Amino acid sequence: MTSLTTRVGMLAAGLAVGGLLAAGPAMAKVEGDTIVFGAAVSFTGKYSTNGKHTKNGYDLAAKRLNDMGGIEVAGKRYNVKIQYYDDESTPARNAQLAERLINQDGIKFILGPYGSGPTKGMAPIIEKYKIPMVEANGASRSLFNKGYRYLFAVLSTSEQYLAEAINLAAKLSAAEGRRVQDLKVAIAVENDPFSQDIRAGVIDDAKRWGMRVVIDDKLPKELNDMTATLTKVKAVKPDVLVVSGHSKGAALAIRQVHEMKVDVPMLAITHCEAADVIGKFGAAADYTLCATQWDETMSYRDGWFGSAGDYAKTFQAAYGYVPPYQAAESSAAVLVWADALKRAGTFDTEAVRDALAQTDMQTFYGNIKFDETGKNIAKPMVLRQIQNGKLVPVAPVEFAAKKTIFPRPMWSER
Amino acid sequence: MDNLQILVAAPVFSVQLLIDGILVGAVFALAAYGMALVWGVMNIINIAQGEFVILGGYVTWAVAQAGFHPFLGVPVSFIALFAVGWILYRAVVARVVDRDLFISILATFGISILMQQVMNQVFTADVQTAQSGLGTLFLFEGQVTVAQIKIVAFVFALALGGALVVFMRRSRLGKAIRATAQNARAARILGVDTGRVYAITYSLNAAICGAAGALVVMIWVIQPFIGLAYTVRSFMIVVVAGLGNLAGVVAAGLGLGAAENFAGFILGAEFQTAFIFSLLVVILLGRNLRLRRQRRVLR
Amino acid sequence: MSRTAALYGAVGVAALLAPLVFPAFQTQLAFLWVMVLFALTWDVMGGQMGYNSFGNVFYLGLGMYVTAVVQRDLYFDVEEYAHVAGAVGTLSAGEYLTGLALGLALAGVAAVLAAAVLGSGILGLRGHYFAICTLGLGIAAGEIAGGIDYIGAGSGLVTPVFPDALGRRGMFFYYLFFALAVATFFTLRWLYAGRFGLAINAIRDDEDKAEAMGIHTTRYKTVAWCVSAFFLGIAGGGVGNLVGFIDPTDVAFAGATFGVWMVLMAILGGKGTLWGPVIGAVIFHVTQELFWTYLFGWQRVALGALIIVIVVFFPQGILGWVRQRWPERFGHRVDEEARAPGGGA
Repeated sequence: MTSLTTRVGMLAAGLAVGGLLAAGPAMAKVEGDTIVFGAAVSFTGKYSTNGKHTKNGYDLAAKRLNDMGGIEVAGKRYNVKIQYYDDESTPARNAQLAERLINQDGIKFILGPYGSGPTKGMAPIIEKYKIPMVEANGASRSLFNKGYRYLFAVLSTSEQYLAEAINLAAKLSAAEGRRVQDLKVAIAVENDPFSQDIRAGVIDDAKRWGMRVVIDDKLPKELNDMTATLTKVKAVKPDVLVVSGHSKGAALAIRQVHEMKVDVPMLAITHCEAADVIGKFGAAADYTLCATQWDETMSYRDGWFGSAGDYAKTFQAAYGYVPPYQAAESSAAVLVWADALKRAGTFDTEAVRDALAQTDMQTFYGNIKFDETGKNIAKPMVLRQIQNGKLVPVAPVEFAAKKTIFPRPMWSER
Repeated sequence: MDNLQILVAAPVFSVQLLIDGILVGAVFALAAYGMALVWGVMNIINIAQGEFVILGGYVTWAVAQAGFHPFLGVPVSFIALFAVGWILYRAVVARVVDRDLFISILATFGISILMQQVMNQVFTADVQTAQSGLGTLFLFEGQVTVAQIKIVAFVFALALGGALVVFMRRSRLGKAIRATAQNARAARILGVDTGRVYAITYSLNAAICGAAGALVVMIWVIQPFIGLAYTVRSFMIVVVAGLGNLAGVVAAGLGLGAAENFAGFILGAEFQTAFIFSLLVVILLGRNLRLRRQRRVLR
Repeated sequence: MSRTAALYGAVGVAALLAPLVFPAFQTQLAFLWVMVLFALTWDVMGGQMGYNSFGNVFYLGLGMYVTAVVQRDLYFDVEEYAHVAGAVGTLSAGEYLTGLALGLALAGVAAVLAAAVLGSGILGLRGHYFAICTLGLGIAAGEIAGGIDYIGAGSGLVTPVFPDALGRRGMFFYYLFFALAVATFFTLRWLYAGRFGLAINAIRDDEDKAEAMGIHTTRYKTVAWCVSAFFLGIAGGGVGNLVGFIDPTDVAFAGATFGVWMVLMAILGGKGTLWGPVIGAVIFHVTQELFWTYLFGWQRVALGALIIVIVVFFPQGILGWVRQRWPERFGHRVDEEARAPGGGA
């Protein structure tokens, strides 16, 4: 061992410690009259578009709260600030960032990341440190059967996304006089936690109705060609085709179902809005059923944003595009924090956690009430159908603006 | 194996898979031809191949957004990527061209990460696509459907490949490139400016990928992070076909396109990507075994 | 020698105290040792033997899954686990440690077995064919793991929550990875010092000549890959628990992040040297953390640029550069190394 290499090694060690210290700006949970929330969201990587929606949703709500005088806790009003980190769309980062938020930045209140995988990465850490997190974009149901106490989600869990489509197909077919047991279901979903839970929900509901699942494909994350799966669909002629694969899956499904002229009576997908399938494909996207957490025509309202429609207007004015539900649910998560902190009247994390658990409120986004596992049970998923280039709520019944067009017209008749 | 039974019971679906696979295989072959060119002439394996393809797609997307027909994007992407290739060659690749092959793999890997991230910043991670406005062709009484854009892409790809062959055979520059590939030192002694040949070769490869990307964005969708699959496909095709064998590259490309579709159908889509990469490993091992038998190395 | 011992001691004491002095940084410091392990194990193949592998993540992911599955199957029913994995306190400290220890041990064994089997075929490939083949191996493994329901398929696998009784999680994993890194370092130091080191260096310099000289190249290559896989497999088991959630392509077989970082860190520090990978890993990790904090949103662009700068301008790495700059420092070391080989660079 030469002294030189050792010296280089010592220097590196010194740099390491110094560098790591520089890598963490110190911050407290509450600075003066500001409450600091922490969030690790995807700013880069494959989920960065939805990460942007998430951040915009958080920021808009924080701004609205601050404009209205902040959050009142024990008689004092506090402004809201959010400390962001970039998780690069990989769950490998989230555990580290959660510890960083909690340990280095001293943050006591956490807002969730985008996506079920990243949320799965964070949940064990916040649980370990007993720091509550309200998340708006981790829908996988496997997050809520693990006994986590500090995890709260404002959104409907993913197995509900397209299950309603199965029920709809069953009811509509029954109305036509067909035996529900004869219906065949085809599933093509991405191989990630979120979409796999969608699959689980669809399979459960198909089983309940006695339908047969004839295709059950998992699309690889890098997949950009669904020819093989769609050829199978043409071969076995299912009555319902369910596709989920974030924005890419949505765009591919619409494009290739159109180009290959695949005739299937019902096509139900997720992420229609995020992928902007109407703008991209126009009439080819018609009659597609799209799952959404929220629709701006819904009748919910709250004291911060007003009605769902008002929120959509405020958001559009601030960011120049129609808010996708990913943004709306993110805003709602911030509102849940505001409500819980006010009711708790303290910054003690245990007291705040208990206040969160007792949440029972209406926001522009919908009713929010957590069950003992932390998921929101007060708000249903909504199915919208693209009719003449517009997203029209069609199910469940209480939100339906129009009737579902079923079956989809054959391509040859369009 | 239910899926296999479908194919046996209704062979017409095999025709569907085969036609689709072969048509898109031509696009893979195009990118692979570019890789073979750079590999053969410069002894560099360009890992950024897929990113060139995706960037070409974005150029065409931008052309379509500006209100032009996306077909115009093919030449525009070709030219734009030629420029990008030139800049990258001057800035980075020129410095690693005569180094160890592994260094150039890493350098082009760096380029690939850089391009992905810059594309993400510029175009965001939204999926994008360009609509050619073409319809669908029906065969076998409508049982087999072929998107016409795939046929157009197939023709485009073959035409471009043919043009490249003529360029290589006939033009002075093409001859200089081939001479450099055969023996760079000898070419230099005979007055070939090999530095310029390298620059043109690398840029030409980028341009070919750009044109392929223009076709990709019209056939499927693109996103900044899906380039690697094109790089790997190119590599596999080149490994199977060998360098400087255009007919082989085309055949391997078409075969790969078809094989992927059949794998996705029979094994299920979840193993489609796995199949490509496993095939890569198997092909390399098989190639090695074959060579070993030829070499008869002392054990 | 005594001065060397003193310096080793100083580094050791500093490393032992680091998590106590900077308690808020324990997890990041733990990842520092993970990075050191990545670079060290990669360098066995890439640096010392000249076989540049892009697929070492295969062993990392394998170790992760083996450990997690052992931890799960030892105390839980597969079905039931999906419902209790997150509950703190479901495992006692003893149970957790038993599961982890057994899991890590089996991870090492599984990785060695896999390396032995795969090595017989893949190590026959040379140069870039080897590099690309291993790249394919790593990616294929991730895709295949994503199709196997028993290990969670695309939904991933959550590792058991760290029990409260064992104290701070970051601290525990810091010392785990520190111990593993030290063990790896000294094992490699010992191996490089002997016949093994000379043999794999000979393979790097000219494999055909080495074979002609009577070195059983295939045997040495396979053993080298097994050594690398053993430590990386164990590290993988730990990383899975440190991250807490195993995603097949983004965490376990993450070729585009971990897989490439391994290579870069070794090259940055100076491949083919003992200390190079360690120094490279430290600098890389710190740089990356700084990028993350101060180049928000552009950090990956900066990382890509950094890769290019490293390979274009520092292909010989920091130690290589130092050696070129001050050859006399290393010049007089040659004799010392001949007497007691294994000082490293």
